[in-house]
Amino acid sequence: MSMIKDTWTMAKRSLRHTTRSMDTIITVVITPIAMMLLFVYVFGESFQKSLGDVKYIDFITPAIIIMTVVSGIAYAAVRLSMDLQKGIINRFKTMPVAPSSILGGHAMSSTLSNLFSSFLVLLVALLIGFRTDAGIAEWSMFIGLTVLFTLATTWLAILMGLFAKTMEGAGAFSYILLFLIFLSSGFTPVDNMAPALRWFAENQPMTPIIETMRSLLTNGTIGDSAGVALAWCVGLLVVAYVLALRVYKTKTI
Amino acid sequence: MEKYTAAITVDQLRKSYKKVDVLKGVSFSVEKGSIFALLGSNGAGKTTTINILTTLLNADSGTAIVDGSDVAKDATNVRKHISLTGQFAAVDDILTGRENLEMIGDLRHVANPAETAAKLLDQFDLQDAADRRVATYSGGMRRRLDIAMSLIGSPSIIFFDEPTTGLDPQSRNSMWETIKSLADNGTTIFLTTQYLEEADQLADKIAILNKGKIVAEGTPAALKKLLPHGQVELKFQNEKQLAAAIKLLTSYQTTQDEESLSLAVTTDGTVAQLTQLLTKLESAHIEVTEFTQKAPTLDDVFLKIVNDNKEKKS
Repeated sequence: MSMIKDTWTMAKRSLRHTTRSMDTIITVVITPIAMMLLFVYVFGESFQKSLGDVKYIDFITPAIIIMTVVSGIAYAAVRLSMDLQKGIINRFKTMPVAPSSILGGHAMSSTLSNLFSSFLVLLVALLIGFRTDAGIAEWSMFIGLTVLFTLATTWLAILMGLFAKTMEGAGAFSYILLFLIFLSSGFTPVDNMAPALRWFAENQPMTPIIETMRSLLTNGTIGDSAGVALAWCVGLLVVAYVLALRVYKTKTI
Repeated sequence: MEKYTAAITVDQLRKSYKKVDVLKGVSFSVEKGSIFALLGSNGAGKTTTINILTTLLNADSGTAIVDGSDVAKDATNVRKHISLTGQFAAVDDILTGRENLEMIGDLRHVANPAETAAKLLDQFDLQDAADRRVATYSGGMRRRLDIAMSLIGSPSIIFFDEPTTGLDPQSRNSMWETIKSLADNGTTIFLTTQYLEEADQLADKIAILNKGKIVAEGTPAALKKLLPHGQVELKFQNEKQLAAAIKLLTSYQTTQDEESLSLAVTTDGTVAQLTQLLTKLESAHIEVTEFTQKAPTLDDVFLKIVNDNKEKKS
């Protein structure tokens, strides 16, 4: 089908943009790796006490992966915003290429490059002591959830890129997502939080997603939060996708 | 039976932005294989018109049929047969020239994108720079690449939005040659421009757009007959001399400017009349310190046409 071919053509273009500014990939992995080192080596001992048997590095690896994705997708917003400002989007819009291919190309390349960044971060986690008993089934589910999360946040990024008035502002929303990661069970069990914060942490989307990932990698089971995690990801994906296409079509140049 | 002999048919297009009426009922038609120029000054509505015709914008009312398809109802079909070359090159800076061309080749589903790209790189003299990033290209190279990208897929109509605005004379002539050769190959060309000369040089038919309406339409020859003819600007030594000249030349249509001590005189554009004018002044011992001939500007054209319309009504 020509739409798939066109989406891949657009994705190839975005991927070339990513690989040609290697500093993008490096920036995307450096912060999570730095965080990981900081939390494990500087705070690790203090946190370990409240965790009991679970190793702290095992505890935080899912959150670090999520953090990698969240920093990476901001670039999709910036790149789209750049396309819109530079006028090349007009060339694409006057060609018989479907809007979902133009936006989908950004989505596909963002997902692929973020998977790659996550993989790099996972390697570093392994180097500093992350261990797992997870089998093929659990790994597949983990990768599946990571891909779904990446797709959902990428389409959110595309929506933000369409709204942004400047290229610099386009990626700003990712700071909110980053904040949510810290205010979840990603780095510390929620029991230790004040009641109001605890309620927020338990009910916001990051917690079930991180809990499910942690459960898959540490316990070898899918855990209780899988349904909620999936609901959040699919919900965000559908809403962001529909809105993004609508905004794109009605955007005057 | 050929249903549409016209490549483009526009009927009563209207468009408003935020309470400003940009197009107030624009109608015209463009013949297949011809070069059509939409002439107008900045803010006349040229870019809005071309954006509607290339499906970038929806009109508020009216219809536009481009290559047999309605831009509002059948945009995808329209896009299959057209290309737009805007004022600023729509190229991807981070890719190489070759990659840009191959990408468009892929999106237009041509049989062999790599081969098409190679041919165009040759045609537009970009072979040496083909594998360098477009960000390193000069302005002229970017423009050539821009046009090359617009040619992929052999569109039947190519739209040019102010193709030579901001170009030096050499690049401008080069662009004119390119446009002419495209038309020679049977492609319909629709261009917008603010330059009378450009419309005159290139177009088979011109339509003048002023404040959202077509005020004149016709071949360059026909329109030129409507234009005010020559204008000569004369400069004098002092106010006394200027006053004397004005008194002497009452039989001519003149406009004075006391500040610059100049007098603009409308003539029929012939050397004979110019000689007559200068001789008259010399006989009256009025010294002309400087004189320049002014070509009619778009403003002159509009004023003339608007005045003519007013006169017709009264």
